[in-house]
Amino acid sequence: MSYRPSTRTVAAGLYMTLCYVFIFLPVGVLVLFSFQSGNLPVPPLHGLSPRWYEAAFNDGRLVDGFANSLLVGGVSAALSVLLGFLSAFGLARYEIPGKALLRALIMLPLAVSYLLVGMGLLVSSAALGLGPSLITVIIGHVVINMPLAFAVCQAQLGEHQRRIESAARDLGAGTFRVLFGITAPMIAPALIAAFCLCFTLSWDEFLIAYLNTRFDVTLPVVIWDLLRGGLNPETNAAGSFIFLVSISVMLIVELFLLRKRRL
Amino acid sequence: MKIPKPPAGFLFALPALAWIGLFFLVPVLIMAGYSLHPLTDAGTPGPLSAADYAAFFAEPAYVQAAIDSIITTLVVTIASTLLAYPFAWCIVFAVPKRFQRIALIAAILPFWTSYVVRSYAWLLALSPVGAVNKALLALHIVSHPLMFAYNPQATEFGFVHFFLMLNTLTIYASLAQINPRYELAARDLGASALRGFLTITLPLSLPGVAVGAFLTIVLCIGDYVTPQILGGFRELLLPQLIMMQIQRQLDLPMASAMSLLLTVLVALAYLALQRWLRVARL
Repeated sequence: MSYRPSTRTVAAGLYMTLCYVFIFLPVGVLVLFSFQSGNLPVPPLHGLSPRWYEAAFNDGRLVDGFANSLLVGGVSAALSVLLGFLSAFGLARYEIPGKALLRALIMLPLAVSYLLVGMGLLVSSAALGLGPSLITVIIGHVVINMPLAFAVCQAQLGEHQRRIESAARDLGAGTFRVLFGITAPMIAPALIAAFCLCFTLSWDEFLIAYLNTRFDVTLPVVIWDLLRGGLNPETNAAGSFIFLVSISVMLIVELFLLRKRRL
Repeated sequence: MKIPKPPAGFLFALPALAWIGLFFLVPVLIMAGYSLHPLTDAGTPGPLSAADYAAFFAEPAYVQAAIDSIITTLVVTIASTLLAYPFAWCIVFAVPKRFQRIALIAAILPFWTSYVVRSYAWLLALSPVGAVNKALLALHIVSHPLMFAYNPQATEFGFVHFFLMLNTLTIYASLAQINPRYELAARDLGASALRGFLTITLPLSLPGVAVGAFLTIVLCIGDYVTPQILGGFRELLLPQLIMMQIQRQLDLPMASAMSLLLTVLVALAYLALQRWLRVARL
């Protein structure tokens, strides 16, 4: 807006620069010293080398943790989106008594600490005599992520699809045909976005995974154990790699949604 | 006799509701039951009693940890909101429209740094041999390294970094929805820029502020990683005590009681902000 005095623009630019520096400082330090050729991830930088990435990719614990994280993230995100989509469809398309209460119940886990979800599952599996396992972690991640998938789907289910759905019904399609042949494809970008969001939150989740696993652990728990050994560029390399994977997933989502918006 | 059929829509919501019930509500109830059966000297759950709750309030170190948790959470919530608001405002009103999306994505990009690694990265930057101290020494601003890390302020610092991004996102979402013509109309009618902001834009953006503040409180008060990595051992927060009960004392009933007390604090925060949200909507 051209009528604004330029001092205001300068002040805004300065403030934004400071914020960006603050926000990017730890990531910058993390990534820069993951390429450290010396033995400590702190200045001075002795030279750039990929040796710590080689060390990380050859570290059996990190590789196993990575595979477990992919499994937990993929399964829990798929379940979250399926359950979130079905419930959003039910609440958006049918008259149900107590709709507000049901909605509040589904959203409830968003309003509690991960600690409570993790502790509840830990105490319950102890009470049932079940040992720690990745299945408990998957269950817990669906509890915390399904409300997000529900919210994303709910925001996308508008009047526009309702008319197409009833047209399909008039032409003889059954409820499940409508659901998976008409509604799901129409909001596919939202479903994919919800999946990616749930995945990035799950594969990197620490507290529930830490409380409910022992021998088969996910990547953040492996890294937690690495931290006990002190500052180590291998941790930088693993952390930079996780960051790369997560932002790649989210940038794919961004491109998906941007493309949709331009249509 | 005809049995009334459940509404079809309810069947679609049933799997989700069952999941929440079976894997969240029931476990929390089991946990509440556990918290009411304190361990006996033999290490097995004893008879029904609220002794663990009484023990919590009788132990000054525990009460102090709860107070420190509340103070840390309040400081972090206020600081990150105050920093995020102008930042989000700049992105909406000072960045040209076609660059806004990129400016926002850049502002929340480090959000996707691994949760555990994020605190570790701050430790790298703030440690006595870390990048920030080395830079200050090189610029002759300080003569010897400062102890930035391993104290409660480092915990707050790490938290503010994370929640600055979160609050920027929620406040941005609120600000971007406001029709800029409202404030322009106020200006045309003679309001100063400050008055236009205070009477039009700020009240309309309060829902985003409240959502961000509530998420900050929930995630901050229950966080174990940030204080454990950055905070040192002088001042422990509630989640750290809970972990100690699980790992060192092997006392699940006490850990359960503490987790429920922590949840009560979150519920109080919700009630406080809910009232404020309703006022904001008027």
